[in-house]
Amino acid sequence: MQIYVCIKHVPDSAANISIIGKNSIDENVNFLLNPYDEHALTEAARIKNNLPGTEVIAVCLGKADAEKTLRSALAMGADRGILIAKEKNYDSRVTALALKAAIEHDGKPGLIFTGKESIDEGGMQTMFRIGALFDFPVATNVVKLDIEADRAVVVCELSGGITHTYEMSLPCVMGTGRGLNTPRYPTFPDVVKSKKKPVQKIAFTDLNIKASLAGMRVIELKPLYQARQPKEIKGDATVVAKELIRILKQEAKVL
Amino acid sequence: MKNIGVIIELDKGRVKEANLGMITLARAKDVKLFAFVLDKQAISVKAVLESFGITTIVEICLAKDQQNNPATRAKAMINAIKKFNISMVFGLCTAMGKDFLPRMAALLDAPLVMDCFFVDLEQKTARTYQYSGKIIATIQLSGQTLLFGIRPNAIEPVKAQEKARILKFDSSHVFAGGLRVLKSGGAEKSTAINLAEADVIIAGGRGMKNSENFNILFQCASKINAAVGASRVAVDSGWVPYSMQVGQTGEKVSPKVYIACGISGSIQHFAGMKTSGMIIAINTDENASILSNCDYYVKKDALEIIPVLTRILDNG
Ligand SMILES: Cc1cc2nc3c(=O)[nH]c(=O)nc-3n(C[C@H](O)[C@H](O)[C@H](O)COP(=O)(O)OP(=O)(O)OC[C@H]3O[C@@H](n4cnc5c(N)ncnc54)[C@H](O)[C@@H]3O)c2cc1C
Ligand SMILES: Nc1ncnc2c1ncn2[C@@H]1O[C@H](COP(=O)(O)O)[C@@H](O)[C@H]1O
Repeated sequence: MQIYVCIKHVPDSAANISIIGKNSIDENVNFLLNPYDEHALTEAARIKNNLPGTEVIAVCLGKADAEKTLRSALAMGADRGILIAKEKNYDSRVTALALKAAIEHDGKPGLIFTGKESIDEGGMQTMFRIGALFDFPVATNVVKLDIEADRAVVVCELSGGITHTYEMSLPCVMGTGRGLNTPRYPTFPDVVKSKKKPVQKIAFTDLNIKASLAGMRVIELKPLYQARQPKEIKGDATVVAKELIRILKQEAKVL
Repeated sequence: MKNIGVIIELDKGRVKEANLGMITLARAKDVKLFAFVLDKQAISVKAVLESFGITTIVEICLAKDQQNNPATRAKAMINAIKKFNISMVFGLCTAMGKDFLPRMAALLDAPLVMDCFFVDLEQKTARTYQYSGKIIATIQLSGQTLLFGIRPNAIEPVKAQEKARILKFDSSHVFAGGLRVLKSGGAEKSTAINLAEADVIIAGGRGMKNSENFNILFQCASKINAAVGASRVAVDSGWVPYSMQVGQTGEKVSPKVYIACGISGSIQHFAGMKTSGMIIAINTDENASILSNCDYYVKKDALEIIPVLTRILDNG
């Protein structure tokens, strides 16, 4: 079976983001593998371990420096990588079209993994768009997964700890959630080996993605300024507790 | 005249509070407001919906065994959108919405912005948070049908009385291929009140020290009608389940009040709660970063303060 894992190259969550012009960010910050995609890679590697003959392919639509992130995916267990090189940013609709085209061109997916969400743009939709393009069933926020001969049984987490168990026909698309596994971080030998694994580069423009009227375009980015003025509540525990109750009642009006 | 649709989320047959802000946001002059209810409950929710300006309630009737299948629901919803000529669709960005709105957008090949806290109906733009909540992005949507996932609690509900009619939309023949629901359930006691929709959240971090001490938070929460949240450290230490995690890789919340107990205020934690109305921090360390980014703080042991608070609330 071929397992495709879509991985995104995103700014480190701890990075300071500064805005350039009206609607772009300064990309001169540390970029890394989207954290949810680590769960996807770890799960793909686990399946490969149990199912001999499985090949894991990491696919990324990104600018040239995304190769670094693709290499981390290879160190986490993917056998090879595909970098769809782009020069500008695209919305998740076009992203899904590109990922689909590259996967379809490359092989026969038995499973496609994504993370449940990217931490930069947080679109929460790429997996569904890929699924619709292939006409494969999709589940997101998958926290447990069993692959059987011709079906997948997955547990997805909804809010408040409520879960749904779905049965899906194969091939299918899965957005991985954090409860699924503990990412297996690469050892030094893994990193060395990853340097030798093949990464194929395709130009986005070679995929012949047609322009469409429908889409999303970022027109403005602004930093979120926090104008909080912290005030200390002093006194012994009883005084503090009473003041907290007053604040909850009179200021926040929630009691 | 534009037709705008809001997808109503019910909880045990009642309209969840968070819908009301969403309806308020979708309301405008020259707009006909449709509410879509995917359960046979339209009659029982009519009064609430019309008091917020809904003029048509569409009850989508699904086959019994398809009722909680998100793929079937999405298909049926799309048919309804087409039938009623809806040009903009609003839904809640709850866990349910996250498994539902993107399905619709994908099937329609239509644009969708999730986690919006504002939508400009004229300009067709949405505002949302990006980059771990550090940036506010304004996004232009274009296309025939536009979809918006609205962050619960982001908009203050305002009433606007109307009279609504109920239409039934039979979708009992709709089936989703490829995906079948085997089981649903399993809410843990810990999240009895839904984090994403709670007005008040009391959350604990490493400073809670162990799993037992979280009971102190649960006891207090039950007195102030709050949900209990946690930092990633508390989750990774196995004290509480992952469903309680607030932050970049957890739940994103906007309660009216967020009480952080023994939480340092890392960037990743803030990514999930910085849009809270009021932040109150209880932390023993005066250098904890949360103390410089909150509204009120107490430089004391949370394990001492919270039980006293609970006791005083108990005694009226
Ligand atoms: C990719 C990535 C994603 C992440 N996602 C998340 C996320 O979604 N959510 C999240 O929370 N974190 C997340 N983290 C982790 C984050 O970086 C921090 O490690 C974490 O938030 C710290 O948790 P904490 O505040 O409980 O612990 P600490 O930072 O250790 O802080 C504990 C605080 O408790 C105080 N304290 C101790 N005892 C007491 C007491 N008795 N009473 C009062 N105060 C006391 C201490 O002074 C200290 O300030 C993520 C990290 C990464 C790299
Ligand atoms: N440019 C991209 N390249 C590869 N995978 C992506 C890309 N963008 C999004 N994805 C995948 O889709 C998931 C969800 O992203 P999003 O829809 O942006 O929240 C991510 O976790 C990735 O697995």
